[in-house]
Amino acid sequence: MDLATWTYLIVGITFVIYIVVAWLSKAGSTNEFYVAGGGIHPAVNGMATAADWMSAASFLSMAGLISFMGYGGAQYLMGWTGGYVLLALLLAPYLRKFGKFTVPDFIGERYYSSNARLIALICAIFISFTYVVGQMKGVGVAFARFLNVPFETGVLIGIGIVFFYAVLGGMKGITYTQVAQFCVLIFAFTVPAVFISIQMTNNPIPQLGFGGTLSDGTYLLEKLDQLSVDLGFAEYTAANPDNTVNLFFITAALMLGTAGLPHVIVRFFTVPKVKDARLSAGYALVFIAILYTTAPAIAAFARTNLIQTVKDAPYDDVPQWFSNWENTGLISYEDKNGDGKIQYLADETKNELTIDRDIIVLANPEIANLPDWVIALVVAGGLAAALSTAAGLLLVISTSISHDLLKKNIKPDISEKGELLAARISIAVAVTAAGLAGLHPPGFVAQVVALAFGLAASSFFPAIILGIFDMRMNKQGAISGMVIGLLFTTVYIIYFKPQLGGPGTPDGYWFGIAPEGIGTVGALINFIVSVVVSRITPKPPQEIRELTESIRYPRT
Amino acid sequence: MNNRKQYWKKNLRYLLILLSIWFIASFGAGIILAEELNSIRVGGFKLGFWFAQQGSIYVFIILIFAYVYLMNRLDKEFDVDEK
Repeated sequence: MDLATWTYLIVGITFVIYIVVAWLSKAGSTNEFYVAGGGIHPAVNGMATAADWMSAASFLSMAGLISFMGYGGAQYLMGWTGGYVLLALLLAPYLRKFGKFTVPDFIGERYYSSNARLIALICAIFISFTYVVGQMKGVGVAFARFLNVPFETGVLIGIGIVFFYAVLGGMKGITYTQVAQFCVLIFAFTVPAVFISIQMTNNPIPQLGFGGTLSDGTYLLEKLDQLSVDLGFAEYTAANPDNTVNLFFITAALMLGTAGLPHVIVRFFTVPKVKDARLSAGYALVFIAILYTTAPAIAAFARTNLIQTVKDAPYDDVPQWFSNWENTGLISYEDKNGDGKIQYLADETKNELTIDRDIIVLANPEIANLPDWVIALVVAGGLAAALSTAAGLLLVISTSISHDLLKKNIKPDISEKGELLAARISIAVAVTAAGLAGLHPPGFVAQVVALAFGLAASSFFPAIILGIFDMRMNKQGAISGMVIGLLFTTVYIIYFKPQLGGPGTPDGYWFGIAPEGIGTVGALINFIVSVVVSRITPKPPQEIRELTESIRYPRT
Repeated sequence: MNNRKQYWKKNLRYLLILLSIWFIASFGAGIILAEELNSIRVGGFKLGFWFAQQGSIYVFIILIFAYVYLMNRLDKEFDVDEK
């Protein structure tokens, strides 16, 4: 069988599995639709959270980014895992005890204000929508590249699948499909890694092979440092002292953002008990860590492999995969000095090779000469990662509309049946809107994701933490904190992102902090403003103090 | 009620200790001290690099499970565990 047949077969099988699973777990009530009935086992929820969390970007792009950044890639590795410690210790158990459906629910009730709920609602929709457009685009790209289907058709197929199981099953359907998707994506990510680790370091565990020796007896990382220096790049493993402050702030912003993202937080409403919420965050991080500790190993293997293959190689002798990927435009060669050999150098004027970072994960199986079915598996894995994240985000959007906006603001007397129908309709509309936006993605999608993390870090994270840990926090404090934190972060990001039309240049960064890291400062500002304002305005009412007290104990 | 206050205080103490370790492993060993730690080698890894790309994640996992264990014990001790 050839690659195309394998790909159709494996992708087809996985899609059938998702549909069957979704059909078996239809939602019958709003409780099931919003939080899967609150009866999900912590390990199952951990798996669903992992799939929810790991997007097309984690699966396809992250290893590639790290491979070109070296040590600095740690900002993604630590930033996108460290937030789970904050979730498990500071947020998940208390929000579970609170026991409602959404993040705006918590903000609205704890701060006894429908304005606060509205601000939270708008943030939740904005964050989730920007994020989901990227996933839809990812689905289209995967189809286009591997199945020779036009990009638009790919997006439409993606919409169809998500539409089916999200509208039908709500959170319940999404949870169980996410479990299936997690299995597919983690298998697809680790299988090539294990093969490559064995080939290069003779160790089947990539995390150990990463620190192992090559066939010539030198350590892999030592070799990679040497190769990088030879080509004029910085040592792969060396820390860059000029970037320490920036790295610190970006890592912190990603951590705080992770802990403040609504589609991650709502997953902890689905487990039965407070102690399950803590445990579930632990499981989630274990499942996520399988990918996140493998990715840097893949990055180093692929980088070494790539350099060794292309370094001063005669262009006529390049391996088949090189020509394959040249056709897609992801890798290109320009013989500047006319010697017929490939010079891959840090010096832009002499460098002859341009490589798209996404190639690291996509071409890895080919570079390592793995069979076609492994390549097909990687395609299915990328699709699983994109679809599972998209579904989780779409649910947040629909819940925000049917529950927070309709039920809590506009029409409080709506019946259970009416609300469920509204939830189904709003998710249907959200899927379609996201798909359409994915068909014509604005050029700045990637930049907007930085904004999503910045907003989550500077709005939700402080407001929720203070709502749990500060008895004295009142609505005046929380609202002014959220508004000022949000405004500051948004203005800074737009100002310093030329793709968003901002005039700023990197020379103007405050303390050298890039827009990606400014959410940390926004969160600090939010904390300070909230605390100061709350101390000079009236105490929250007695029943709110009792509510805050009650969420601190698993049983009251 | 006094009991309750004590439960909360102990919880906060656990949080302080565990989050300090969280900070030291990631921002400390992985970022601020990475350059210094890179002069130490463990197998094929420079230590600072290892913390930044591997070790901190393992520490995060251990911290969450330690918290689960400590809090389950504390919940029982103060009789606030869910029946």
